[in-house]
Amino acid sequence: MKNKYSIFSLIKNAFSYHENWQRAWRDPVPKKEYEAIIIGGGGHGLATAFYLAKKHNMKNIAVVEKGWIGGGNTGRNTTIIRSNYLWDASAGLYDHALKIWEGLSQELNYNVMFSQRGVMNLAHNLQDVRDLKRRTHANRLNGIDAVWLNTEEVKKFCPIINTSPDIRYPVLGGTLQRRAGTARHDAVAWGYARAADAMGVDIIQNCEVKGIKRNGDSVEGIETTKGFIKTKKIGVVAAGHSSVIANMVDLKLPLESKPLQALVSEPVKPIIDTVVMSNAVHAYVSQSDKGELVIGAGTDAYISYTQRGSHDVVEGTLKAILELYPIFSRMKMLRQWGGIVDICPDASPIISKTHIKGLYFNCGWGTGGFKATPGSGDLFAHTIANNEPHKLNADFNINRFVSGDLVDEHGAAAVAH
Amino acid sequence: MFLINCPYCGERDQSEFSAGGEAHIVRPKQPTELSDDEWAEFLFMRKNIKGIQFERWNHAHGCRKWFNVIRDTSNDKIHAVYKMGEEPPIK
Amino acid sequence: MSKNLRIINSKYIDQTSRISFKFDGKTLYGFKGDTLASALLANDIHLVGRSFKYHRPRGIMACGPEEPNAIVQVGSDASMTEPNTRATEIELYEGLEASSQNCWPSVNFDIGAVNNFFSPLIPAAFYYKTFMWPANFWKLYEYFIRKSAGLGKSPTEPDKDIYDHRYLHCDVLVVGGGISGIIAAKTAAKNNFNTLLIDDKNILGGTTLFQKNECFKINNSYSNEWLKKEIENLKSLKNLTIKTRTSLAAYHSYNYLLARENLTDHLDLNEKKDKIRQRLWKIRAKKVIIATGAMERPLIFNNNDRPGIMLSSSIKKYIDYYGVKCGQQISLFTNNDSAYETAISLSNSGVSVNSVIDIRDKSNSLIVKQAEKLGIKIHWKHTVVNTNGYKKINSIEIMKLSDDGTTVVGKKMKEGCDCLGISGGWTPRVHLFTQSGGKLKFRDNDNVFLPDKSELDQISIGSCNGDFELDEVTKNSVNLINKFLKVNNNDYENLEIISSKEIDKKNIWLLPSDKPLGKTKPFLDFQNDSTANDVKLALREGFKSIEHVKRYTTTGMATDQGKLSNMHALGIIAETAGVKMGELGTTTFRPPYTPLTFGAIVGRNVGEFFDITRKTPIHDWHAKHNAEFENVGQWKRAWYYPIGNENMHEAVQRESKAARDSAGILDASTLGKIDIQGSDASEFLNRVYTNAWSKLEIGKCRYGLMLNEDGMVYDDGVTTRISENHYLMTTTTGGAANVLGKLEDYLQTEWPELDVYLTSVTDHYATVSICGPNSKKILSKVIPDLNLSDKEFPHMSFKNALIDNIKCRVMRISFTGEHSYEINIQSSYGKSLWEKCFEAGKEFNITPYGTETMHLLRAEKGFIIAGQDTDGTMTPVDLQMDWIISKKKYDFIGKRSLYRSDTIRDDRKQLVGLLTDDPKEVLEEGAQIVLETKKQPIEMLGHVTSSYFSPNLNKSIALAVVKNGKKLKGQKMFVPMKNKTINVTITDTVFLDKENKRLNA
Repeated sequence: MKNKYSIFSLIKNAFSYHENWQRAWRDPVPKKEYEAIIIGGGGHGLATAFYLAKKHNMKNIAVVEKGWIGGGNTGRNTTIIRSNYLWDASAGLYDHALKIWEGLSQELNYNVMFSQRGVMNLAHNLQDVRDLKRRTHANRLNGIDAVWLNTEEVKKFCPIINTSPDIRYPVLGGTLQRRAGTARHDAVAWGYARAADAMGVDIIQNCEVKGIKRNGDSVEGIETTKGFIKTKKIGVVAAGHSSVIANMVDLKLPLESKPLQALVSEPVKPIIDTVVMSNAVHAYVSQSDKGELVIGAGTDAYISYTQRGSHDVVEGTLKAILELYPIFSRMKMLRQWGGIVDICPDASPIISKTHIKGLYFNCGWGTGGFKATPGSGDLFAHTIANNEPHKLNADFNINRFVSGDLVDEHGAAAVAH
Repeated sequence: MFLINCPYCGERDQSEFSAGGEAHIVRPKQPTELSDDEWAEFLFMRKNIKGIQFERWNHAHGCRKWFNVIRDTSNDKIHAVYKMGEEPPIK
Repeated sequence: MSKNLRIINSKYIDQTSRISFKFDGKTLYGFKGDTLASALLANDIHLVGRSFKYHRPRGIMACGPEEPNAIVQVGSDASMTEPNTRATEIELYEGLEASSQNCWPSVNFDIGAVNNFFSPLIPAAFYYKTFMWPANFWKLYEYFIRKSAGLGKSPTEPDKDIYDHRYLHCDVLVVGGGISGIIAAKTAAKNNFNTLLIDDKNILGGTTLFQKNECFKINNSYSNEWLKKEIENLKSLKNLTIKTRTSLAAYHSYNYLLARENLTDHLDLNEKKDKIRQRLWKIRAKKVIIATGAMERPLIFNNNDRPGIMLSSSIKKYIDYYGVKCGQQISLFTNNDSAYETAISLSNSGVSVNSVIDIRDKSNSLIVKQAEKLGIKIHWKHTVVNTNGYKKINSIEIMKLSDDGTTVVGKKMKEGCDCLGISGGWTPRVHLFTQSGGKLKFRDNDNVFLPDKSELDQISIGSCNGDFELDEVTKNSVNLINKFLKVNNNDYENLEIISSKEIDKKNIWLLPSDKPLGKTKPFLDFQNDSTANDVKLALREGFKSIEHVKRYTTTGMATDQGKLSNMHALGIIAETAGVKMGELGTTTFRPPYTPLTFGAIVGRNVGEFFDITRKTPIHDWHAKHNAEFENVGQWKRAWYYPIGNENMHEAVQRESKAARDSAGILDASTLGKIDIQGSDASEFLNRVYTNAWSKLEIGKCRYGLMLNEDGMVYDDGVTTRISENHYLMTTTTGGAANVLGKLEDYLQTEWPELDVYLTSVTDHYATVSICGPNSKKILSKVIPDLNLSDKEFPHMSFKNALIDNIKCRVMRISFTGEHSYEINIQSSYGKSLWEKCFEAGKEFNITPYGTETMHLLRAEKGFIIAGQDTDGTMTPVDLQMDWIISKKKYDFIGKRSLYRSDTIRDDRKQLVGLLTDDPKEVLEEGAQIVLETKKQPIEMLGHVTSSYFSPNLNKSIALAVVKNGKKLKGQKMFVPMKNKTINVTITDTVFLDKENKRLNA
């Protein structure tokens, strides 16, 4: 990279009033043909392009994005990164990603601000305790650094949580993964874009895919708002819009696209130094480096592409936040927004070939795709380059919905007696 | 939040209803005769349409009746509601 | 300092009631009617805070919600303090304590200001480019970044205030009580629309309220006087509700709006207590009229951020409304006519105006002529190129603009001043319109985005719709309202309006300086410290879209959400990139309009109202008998009943032993109960359960497993045939509502031909379960008339009975493996029935037991708990319950899925029993099971689902799911724990009474 970022380059550029910084990425006109095209310029798509170029020497490739890179779920999520998943397949996938996260700023020469401040998952009933302990045992044997904390240890790690036994759903304990944390979402998209661009990848923004041209069982190219582009390999990483692309080739996917909302408070001085997640009462909170409380709300149950959800969901989330953190009652919501998440029935993603030759899908990440970004990109690049999945994503094929071999990460079903 | 015109109760706030996904996916009468692929198609595969979608809603906190809604998923505008078993008023 | 800058002419300030307040520890005085900002200004205090990044001194800039700088911490009490509150919106009250934020040790001397010297090193987004070496130091860098970021401080104790929600339905909602909003509200209410008018200020009237100028007259009165009469007339309208101090926070689709009403924030400290602080109104309006007005824009030039630099219209409000002089030597800098209104107001109040610096060549409007007549000096075609003064502006530097406006020419002039009013034109407040999904259009001649298309039944009127002239505001509003409401209101037909028309327009987004841009600091986003240079840097680096630039530079992301900065950012981007502004689009305005308190969003749903608590009719008895409770869904279930100093283990051991040795009693009321009736009830059960139901005799009970359509176990329970076409189904406690929902779904949508009716009767019956070898004797005492012989009343059967003439249903069913009965009785009799059974059982030492003992007892028998031993991935075959799958039935929910390639594998994880080699060692539920501990990675073959120490077997027992477990009986395996490995052996799932003798004991 000719324009390496560092404190020295900042000093050097300060003398010229920062007038000599180069473009982070070019703004190329699409070529007539590429070796491969990635549809979707979010984190996953850009990472896929980066690893195709870096590890598989495929440099004549393009990322096409209908809006602006990183403008979808990448720039809208609450940036939680963890790998303490239950099943071996998921643990393998997400920990692969986590390991890449640990060196990503240096790999990209772009500070993605991966901050390993730990992620804590709370238990609020006895079945939660069983489920989380089960997960912790599985994590340990899979080499993932999750530990069980009792209520006092939870309180010690995050003193502002209300651990009183008198609240409606008291905290009975929790798990902690210290290597987990958060990152700066925009930086991930921009860092991958800059690094991919430097290797020759064309990033084409404002280019919407209108159709996929097929010849029998194979793909031949894409019709876009910037014209037809020829290619033999298409990787679709379109998140909430995956089905829209799939419908162009009459492919049905096991996906539903639903609104997911999030919100931030006004910025305050450091008050919570970790990420706390509570599935049972639906509250996820961390504090950004800027000082805003970053709060993830739930999904609505209906399909919608509006990037807006219902107010009930936000109200329900803040209700849970105040249950666990009554000190936040006088904090103020600064901004709320929505994204469109594509959800698989088993809450696990699809990183897979399809029955159409040269057409690959990376989708179904639901509410938790951000954490997988580097791993997902790496494995999807492998799948596209070799026309075969890597062993870490072999279980995440589309065929699992036919065979029944799901990777069910919903956790235990209902609470029951 | 939407206002949904329940065909049995009239216009109510969305919070009274629960969504039931794509409509008109009929449970096969003879599941045993389907291939694994065909069964998966019924179980999991969805059009997940961006645009006019025919979908099911349940007046869960009201009359508990299921009915169909025609809604544009790109702007959440509801075009019609109709009872289960009725022909859609719009094609 | 502490000069008194109050003039005595404002009727909105009650100079008879003096209010004392504290700012940064110093006691100051203001009057009722003041805001914190106006009171500070009256005390000659401009410097109130430090900026986010460079810690530059910042002062009050505006007078409303767009204030970017005067953001203070209110209160010092750990539970009641509030960060990031706009001084311009805090109504002054007795006892108010406020302090500056983001400065240490004080706002006057702030260590963080050192950042300002490093500012050349820290342009926009510098942090993406550095802090990467050495790699593991990020944590340390970040620690300091976090410490210096943030603004105010979060409370550290729970809020003592109360918040509330109310629903409101109206025909017409009018947002904004300025001149056009008043006209709208009056028109709507007079024409029989049920109307709600809200305004975020404590008084209606908007900016017209203090507009007393010869150039703005209606029917020969000053516009403020005319409007006051209109407001007075509103009182007589029956259909009109007016809410002041109510701020519209969010405008969602389907005309669903949220508005926050402040109820106590303006009250004296000692009057606030025990009152509702804020109320969130959830409004459904048939029609919405937005009349939210416009905001004045700043001007972007070098060092435009010093304390004392304020929006020109705010200076006008402070003098005309609050009676406060913002300075004693005020200069004004403008690109439009409105600064002249300020100049005239100041002049009329005896404040000297140095000069007006106007970037335009000329203006021949009425108002400018009036200013000239008053002798106000005007520098046409000039710009301010720099300002001086650190903690307060003390002078400005002025130069002549070149003809094309891109550079400055001539000699620099210096003008001393203690306040500079700036006006860059007006921005319609279109936030609510865009929140609702409306699309904007761009008007070139004065560079404004205006409401265009909307799907909802709404209009925007007045200056938020781009009508800035008094005659346009009134006439266009009247026409729009009439059309929108389909009425013909002629109240306003013959208004005679005098309005100063602004004809000459000129706009320069980034004003030129005599220095190169890199050496200047023209601030765009004052709170986040982003400058025009930052925006240009972003563009240079290839960030083209407004969203990218916003995120890269953080412009518009501060607590004011870019109210003052967005337009200039867009303008500079458009100009630099050579694009038309209309084509560039805007960033999305997201709710809320102004920051909204979490407490208000949540309302009363806190503490004990966080969620419904369901209690059984016998709950009080359990509580009285020292029960510990477990949350199961929304239910409170008795978990165990410790006696004396018993811990949970000791209590459970005692309870479990008593239940097997003599008698135990359990409150099973929480189990879901669904009443199923209709001529097709049997067929319905055939379709929803895996086993067959047609042949179940009347009066008999049967256990059923319900699957999901994907073949996985969903729920289970015993169903009783009450009569030919009548069944009573029981479900798990947590699954009850979902099971009913699912059954209704199938019934209504897939099988409407079936004659079946489902009713939830969970809450209608209390269920008392008595088990143990003496249960029969106890029941015969409770219901002497009932024949309890095994022949008459065998296991898995049911009888109607009477207890004290109260009807009840008795089922002889067992979840413990003991001889056992469940009595269902109308809820209201539940507790007396329980007490009666308890009394009858006393001679047999009947022991109440909770859910923990229930779990232990059923585990001894190998009975599963859906949700504990299953996790949504277990089929009945996996549970070794092949017997429950009817081979004869053509179909049932989930059947087809049992024959998929993965579900027919015979090495799936299967339910087994586990015994530890050391009988005292109790396994941890959730622990993993392996065969091989040496080879890495360790292959996990399954996990422990249930585990207890059985007092009846005097050893530990466990249930587990293990890969291929069915075939592994007797296999030694390992449970690797953190510090040790436990040796286990796979066994049968039934540990006790394999022959089921106890059922009939």
